[in-house]
Amino acid sequence: MTAKTLYDKLWDAHVVRADEDGTTLLYIDRHLVHEVTSPQAFEGIRMADRKLWRTNANLATVDHNVPTTDRSKGITDPFSRLQVETLDQNCKDFGITEFAMNDPRQGIVHVIGPEQGATLPGMTLVCGDSHTSTHGALGALAFGIGTSEVEHVLSTQCLIQKKSKNMLVRVDGQVGNGVTAKDIVLAIIAEIGTAGGTGCAIEFAGDAIRDLSVEGRMTVCNMAIEAGARAGIIAVDDKTIDYVKGRPFAPTSELWNKAVSAWADLHSDKNASFDHVVQLNAKEIKPQVTWGTSPEMVVSIDANVPDPANESDPVKSEGMQAALRYMDLQANKPINEIYIDKVFIGSCTNSRIEDIRAAAQVAKGRKVASNVKLAMVVPGSGLIKKQAEDEGLDKILIKAGFEWREPGCSMCLAMNADRLESGERCASTSNRNFEGRQGQGGRTHLVSPAMAAAAAVAGHFVDVRELD
Amino acid sequence: MKKFETFRGIVAPLDRSNVDTDAIIPKQFLKSIKRSGFGPNLFDAWRYLDNGEPGMDNSQRPVNPDFVLNQSRYKNASVLLARKNFGCGSSREHAPWALQDFGIRVIIAPSFADIFYNNCFKNGLLPVVLEDAVIDTLFNEVAAFNEITTFNKKEVTALPGYQLEIDLKTQSIKTPSGAVISFDVDAFRKDCLLHGLDDIGLTLQHVEEIKAYEHRRQQEAPWLF
Repeated sequence: MTAKTLYDKLWDAHVVRADEDGTTLLYIDRHLVHEVTSPQAFEGIRMADRKLWRTNANLATVDHNVPTTDRSKGITDPFSRLQVETLDQNCKDFGITEFAMNDPRQGIVHVIGPEQGATLPGMTLVCGDSHTSTHGALGALAFGIGTSEVEHVLSTQCLIQKKSKNMLVRVDGQVGNGVTAKDIVLAIIAEIGTAGGTGCAIEFAGDAIRDLSVEGRMTVCNMAIEAGARAGIIAVDDKTIDYVKGRPFAPTSELWNKAVSAWADLHSDKNASFDHVVQLNAKEIKPQVTWGTSPEMVVSIDANVPDPANESDPVKSEGMQAALRYMDLQANKPINEIYIDKVFIGSCTNSRIEDIRAAAQVAKGRKVASNVKLAMVVPGSGLIKKQAEDEGLDKILIKAGFEWREPGCSMCLAMNADRLESGERCASTSNRNFEGRQGQGGRTHLVSPAMAAAAAVAGHFVDVRELD
Repeated sequence: MKKFETFRGIVAPLDRSNVDTDAIIPKQFLKSIKRSGFGPNLFDAWRYLDNGEPGMDNSQRPVNPDFVLNQSRYKNASVLLARKNFGCGSSREHAPWALQDFGIRVIIAPSFADIFYNNCFKNGLLPVVLEDAVIDTLFNEVAAFNEITTFNKKEVTALPGYQLEIDLKTQSIKTPSGAVISFDVDAFRKDCLLHGLDDIGLTLQHVEEIKAYEHRRQQEAPWLF
């Protein structure tokens, strides 16, 4: 038998039919639904008078539009409110389980999937959101889809796909103290670029990946899309199994044992061949900070803002100049001299319990700097919020001057009221530093939760390892 | 879905790499529960000088005269010429909806982000990948053409913009000089575009196979059901 990659195995197990040219009908085990990319899909189903193929394969929540402040008065913005109410109604009409705004299990769709055990190893999982790659951390084939495909999955439980290429990103060795999953994935994007994984499913491997918690692995897979890959995956190991065990949607007793033995095969075979292999040395990775308007515009905390004059490719150099203009930064400025206005700790990239712990650890006994107008921590789900409160993390953060909010996507994309004003500069644990992403004219620097908290207390970027 | 037929269209040059879907259609417009009406907010932050919000009368907003689609010769553009990694970022299908609502039918770039590329075909929009060198030539030809059609720094609007003729059937693009550039496209996607086929309808022709798969899978991995 030929050696297979993990991606090959996941793919092969889900082929319903394949044409000679490789066009494949791929079966989808789990579909996560949120309010932004689904209304037109439900409308399409109604118009065509179709039914859902398998209602219990779907799980819905509201995350993009929900307020992170007091929810007792509902949603003020009429457009946001309509979108949230539309999902509530669609879930009711079609019988889909939904964690609505005031459900304690509500949260960011990519946080609650794994948290509930709705994401399982070996699954195919899709959602109308590009950061669906997150779920690959559990050894699932997970990728983002558009609204037409949301409708397609709802009505057929399948997608028409062509197989991607296999890419292996191996991070060998161990990272130093203060270097996190976020720094690893930003370093990977720095290495391969935002289109480096286009057309590929990336498997992340190597000691530095194995050493990460499952939450950390989710951070890495989450940003596979920022490297151009629709899917990021990580082999199943004991940590994965321990993580899944006992979660509400996970199998139990006999079925659990059967599943665990099947999951033992969810890794690439020893001699499996990859179309592309990239190797990084974990020891060389330092805390990362983006300086531009694309996640590949990233450097280490001890570096300076790059100089477009040193870039030989004219298109690239012009892109760098445009980014510096937008970010209002001068070339060669030391990163740790960049002052910030706001701090956002949250998003499907970094809003899990260990992210909040990391922020609280830095915040403990310190104060948010006076030049920082707002430092907010937005947990990824209601359950994470509760866990953090049980651990007393909220008190540490509030005492240091952070705001402690209700769960949602919040200022990662600023669809709700949380946003940057024009010209404001933010240290953000989210995933995209595109122009206007966090609010029109806003300037985003992507960092890890520890680095964001360090920037909050220092007022500017600072190496969290050297914080006084 | 609308059939994609051979057509001739004005080319608007958008000389940027990594044009992301947040730029194509900013998030505040994603609050709509409809599939149409996104065209006036296509490239909103680049196109207008004020902050756009849903519900605004876009015809009353101050436009950015430097943005390419605001130049009168591109008002009726249906081909967008861009640089690498076009459509990166979010999976929002509102991006192709906005492009199509504006009147764009073809996007030509050296590379596209996967999800965006896929979303285009679901909406009768043709993304064409051409080599960097060919893209450079097209940008140069558009620029040269505009120089001829500009008199005393003023656009001669009576003259139409640079046009390309796109034939999906023969997978070829004809330039004004008569040169023919061929391009690759997946056979299945091409067929769907040419005939305006609905993916769901096609898949539902295989109901029995899906059921058979589910039956088999339920034996192998019952915890998934």
